[in-house]
Amino acid sequence: MIRLAWALPAVLLAGCSGVQTPLEPWGVQAGLIAGLTWLLFGGGAAIFALVLGLLAFALLAPARLRRVMGSRRFVLLGGVVFPAVTLAALLAHSMGISRALVLPEEEAPLRIEVIGRQYWWEVRYPDAGDGAVTANEIHLPVGREVELLLSSGDVIHSLWLPNLHGKMDMIPGRVNRMRLRAERTGTMRGQCTEFCGLQHALMAFWAVVQEPAEFEAWLARQQAPVPAPATEEQARGMRVYGEAGCGACHAVRGTEWQGRLGPDLSRIGSRLSLGAGLHEVHRATLAGWIAGTQDLKPGNSMPAFGRALAGEDLLALAAWLESLR
Amino acid sequence: MDTHPPRVAADLPSPLPRPEGEEARLAAVWRKPRGIAWITEINNNQIGPLFVGTALLFFLAAGVLGLIIRAQLAWPGLQLVDPATYNQVFTMHGTVMMFLFAVPAVEAVAITLLPSMLGARELPFPRLGAYAYLIYLFGGTAFYSSLFFGAAPDGGWFMYPPLTSKENSPGINTDMYLLGIGFIEISAIAGAIELTVGILRCRAPGMTLGRMPIFAWGMLVFAAMVLFAFPAVVVASTLLELERAFNWPFFLPERGGDPLLWQHLFWFFGHPEVYVIFLPAAGMVSMMVPAMARTPLVAHSLVVMALVGTAFLSFGLWVHHMYTTGIPALSLAFFAAAGFAVSIPSGLQVFAWIATFAAAPRRIRFDTPTLFVLGFLFIFVLGGLTGVMVSVTPFDWQAHDTYFIVAHLHYVLIGGMVFPLLGALYYWAPSIGRPLSERLGKWGFWLLFLGTNLTFFPMHMSGFAGMPRRIYTYPAGFGLEIWNALSSAGAAIAAAGAAVVLLDVVKNFRLGPGQSSPWNSGTLEWVATGNYGPRSIPRVRDRYPLWTEPGLAKEVEAGGHYLPFTATGRREALITSPAEAIPQYVAVLPGPGWGHVVAAAGTAAFFLCLAGELLVEAAFAFALALSGFIAWHWGGSDPGPLSPREVDIGDGIVVPTHATGAVSTGAWAMVCLMLVQGTAFACLLGSYLFLWLVNGDAQGGNTMWPPPGQGLPVAGFGLAALGLYAAGAASLWAAAWLLSARSPWLHRIALALAALLFLAGAAADGWALWQGGVRPTLHSYGASSWALFAWQGVHVAIALLMAGYTLARSFAGKLDAGRRQAMDVTRLFWTYTAGQGAIGLALLHAFPRVLA
Repeated sequence: MIRLAWALPAVLLAGCSGVQTPLEPWGVQAGLIAGLTWLLFGGGAAIFALVLGLLAFALLAPARLRRVMGSRRFVLLGGVVFPAVTLAALLAHSMGISRALVLPEEEAPLRIEVIGRQYWWEVRYPDAGDGAVTANEIHLPVGREVELLLSSGDVIHSLWLPNLHGKMDMIPGRVNRMRLRAERTGTMRGQCTEFCGLQHALMAFWAVVQEPAEFEAWLARQQAPVPAPATEEQARGMRVYGEAGCGACHAVRGTEWQGRLGPDLSRIGSRLSLGAGLHEVHRATLAGWIAGTQDLKPGNSMPAFGRALAGEDLLALAAWLESLR
Repeated sequence: MDTHPPRVAADLPSPLPRPEGEEARLAAVWRKPRGIAWITEINNNQIGPLFVGTALLFFLAAGVLGLIIRAQLAWPGLQLVDPATYNQVFTMHGTVMMFLFAVPAVEAVAITLLPSMLGARELPFPRLGAYAYLIYLFGGTAFYSSLFFGAAPDGGWFMYPPLTSKENSPGINTDMYLLGIGFIEISAIAGAIELTVGILRCRAPGMTLGRMPIFAWGMLVFAAMVLFAFPAVVVASTLLELERAFNWPFFLPERGGDPLLWQHLFWFFGHPEVYVIFLPAAGMVSMMVPAMARTPLVAHSLVVMALVGTAFLSFGLWVHHMYTTGIPALSLAFFAAAGFAVSIPSGLQVFAWIATFAAAPRRIRFDTPTLFVLGFLFIFVLGGLTGVMVSVTPFDWQAHDTYFIVAHLHYVLIGGMVFPLLGALYYWAPSIGRPLSERLGKWGFWLLFLGTNLTFFPMHMSGFAGMPRRIYTYPAGFGLEIWNALSSAGAAIAAAGAAVVLLDVVKNFRLGPGQSSPWNSGTLEWVATGNYGPRSIPRVRDRYPLWTEPGLAKEVEAGGHYLPFTATGRREALITSPAEAIPQYVAVLPGPGWGHVVAAAGTAAFFLCLAGELLVEAAFAFALALSGFIAWHWGGSDPGPLSPREVDIGDGIVVPTHATGAVSTGAWAMVCLMLVQGTAFACLLGSYLFLWLVNGDAQGGNTMWPPPGQGLPVAGFGLAALGLYAAGAASLWAAAWLLSARSPWLHRIALALAALLFLAGAAADGWALWQGGVRPTLHSYGASSWALFAWQGVHVAIALLMAGYTLARSFAGKLDAGRRQAMDVTRLFWTYTAGQGAIGLALLHAFPRVLA
């Protein structure tokens, strides 16, 4: 109980409401769905009031007034004709919106591959030169149509970024596609919505909508090799990375380490979260995560290195990782 | 509503007063066994209330799990239970509520009330009903207990692979679900067969389908839906267990499987399941509302059509749970339309209830059952409206798998099922014993009503504030705190309400002979009954017989109607025709016995041992179950023609006391079972074809069917199998025909020959696959082919067992031209098995060849 009490609020208190809700659309698709949602909520409330009003009338009104309702004709009108007409109109309207949601706008949208894994997100930009890779974070340019290519590396996950669009499942053996376009810049949160195992609750990510130039700069940075260590401590950290075998699972661009079992760490220092939305990224959280990952997020695939690494080595490693920006 | 002039005594089916000692003889035949033997009793008026009580206990047990969930989520970051336990808790909450509470509870109410509501002494297969209850009791208790050993399922009640595959869930937890639930479904299906045949064949004379109470309609539709929907989940569980235990890939994409196959099968069961739960509850409401309003249900026939229509539409809705799987939006539009359509029959019923209240001659009294019905309307209408919303595809893309859905489903299920059930508890308690307290009932109602709304209404908000389902905690700072705190507070209030109702039941309710209706109800369950059911079987001339014939209850209780005695000196039921309820024969019913108790214990032990991979113990349990079954049938079934051969049941109607062939209830039950098996077989065929589709290449070709390295089954052996199955079935028909021959050896030889032919047919069937290089573990092609064969093989094994049993009866002198139930039922099963084998062979051999 204590364990998570300190773990969770760290980065998450910094968040604010409105960054993970369908009711504050930041994009075209979520906007269409939000309009439909308000129509459904309003219509539903009106029909609910009407039905309960009729029920109250049937129970409480004077007999000569309520008897009019006690007929087969009333049942047919209220129970068949009224819903049939209302629902036919709703069906036509909602199919129009469905059509608008799935029709592509651009011939060549920006493609982003997102691969769900227990319990994190691998994110790849196949159109960017020799490819850019990040994790638990999706960057996208404002105003441009994006096609998400959704797949899974293990079990079924589902990607939900409600301020931009509804959710779409990530199913082993399939690639699902979802098009969306963001219309304002900012940072919002998404989460896995298909139960995927022990830590399904802690599988979130951040999405960053940027001005096109800013986005291109970010993308270029993801493709570049990481800078050489700037301090003695960072250099020591890089050595520890190799000696402890981190590279077997985690790739770092421009080095010999190209493991793919865990998140790519090339730009870990600039990311918004650690552990799929769990913590902010800085030296302390990095060290804490490496040492005690199984206490922070029990059951995730990374073993804890708290016993394997000396304190100095751990801090040096964290310092080097923090420098990867 | 037609009325009849008051009748004089001479008009009664049986003259009054009844002879001395008649009632005593009837009572002696139906007397309950005393002492420890009471568990061998199978009478519905004992099994029914036990069944209801057990279901309510599971409701409380699953409710406690719900409270654990609400405690954990009351505030961000709490960890009262660890993630692994939490996942077991929410999985078990859903699973127990659906499989161990909702479905058994409505079956239990039906077993309790239907016989008297239909004017019958008993349902036709009381021992099957008792067996269904016992395996539910044993199996359900063991299943729930797995929670205390950390061995409970933890993959969600929907158990999606590949999360539940051997690689990702190696523990016993998943097997507990697959085997536990698979076998609890046997209980549901057994109950459904009992109810289908009971409702169609055990109604009092004159109770035509048009005069049948709505609750019976609801249960008839329920039972039919169980027969067609539940086999899908049994098949799905079996396939996943085959994958886990024997490495046959059905759901693993790297070997040609597809996780979506599971989802299609599961929701083909899972969506109708919702209506399976709701329709009987709607039927209860349609009984209570007229009683409260003291006027017949308005638009009765429309309500019946609504029940039947809902059943049909509900089978077109399963994809509602799969909107986000990437199925093309155009196909989804079809399912959205079906979702809208199914709301019309529900709306129609709501308006029929409102209209009935409006037609009340006097003001409605707000008694406890009325309050529960009104609470039901409030909650259910809201849940129905959010149901329309989630049918709208784009809306569902946002709402799916969030707390909005949790809100919706609880509104529909608590509103649509729990409130009617509690209303029914208060309404019908006086008909089977002492009434409950109005004062406690009202307290219970208000606490439950407020608690339910306070718990679940804020979940609409938390869902749209971004909260997914099935998470053991959530972050602070996203606006989720207030809604979750309210939900948890509401859960505490609802729990208090449930405690008050429990207190009321424990304190006040006692089973007893029942009394006349405090609401002056118009239907037959309010006629006083004994262990034998009604003293005589009423003659029915109206939908509300007690209203139109005020003297009817007294006449029936005095024995003035049909069959006020026991004709053969055994327990009996009057069997009538399915539509017009014209008396056809008097069926002799089994009495108390140990056979079904042993069979139930053996069945439960068998499945538990399998789950624990204790194969030797499982074999012993299987043998135990089998001996129970055989003992139960050997002595208790088909006593043959008894003396007297015919009986005058009253009104000068003379019917036989023994029946064979198509008119007998045994044949009807066998046909129901064949529907179940046929549906399961269709699911297997569908799985084979679905996997073929998945493995087609982009041009729609079939280069992967069979995949490289595997071949086609050998045609020659396939044709041989076809011929052997046909010859086996023909030989069994000959055996049945030869029962009338002079020498019993003729039908015995024909039976033995039939068995040999079937055995050879199954061998050729399997050999064709093996010789053709079809291997079950390499690819879904082989796995689905062998699954079809395995299903056929199990049927052949059962067919042989039945033939052996028939042969044994012949040697024991319990089989002849007049006493032939075993032979007739065996023949039906053999015909089915041969036909199923032919279809399977056609698919496995011809389909891939036609493609090539």
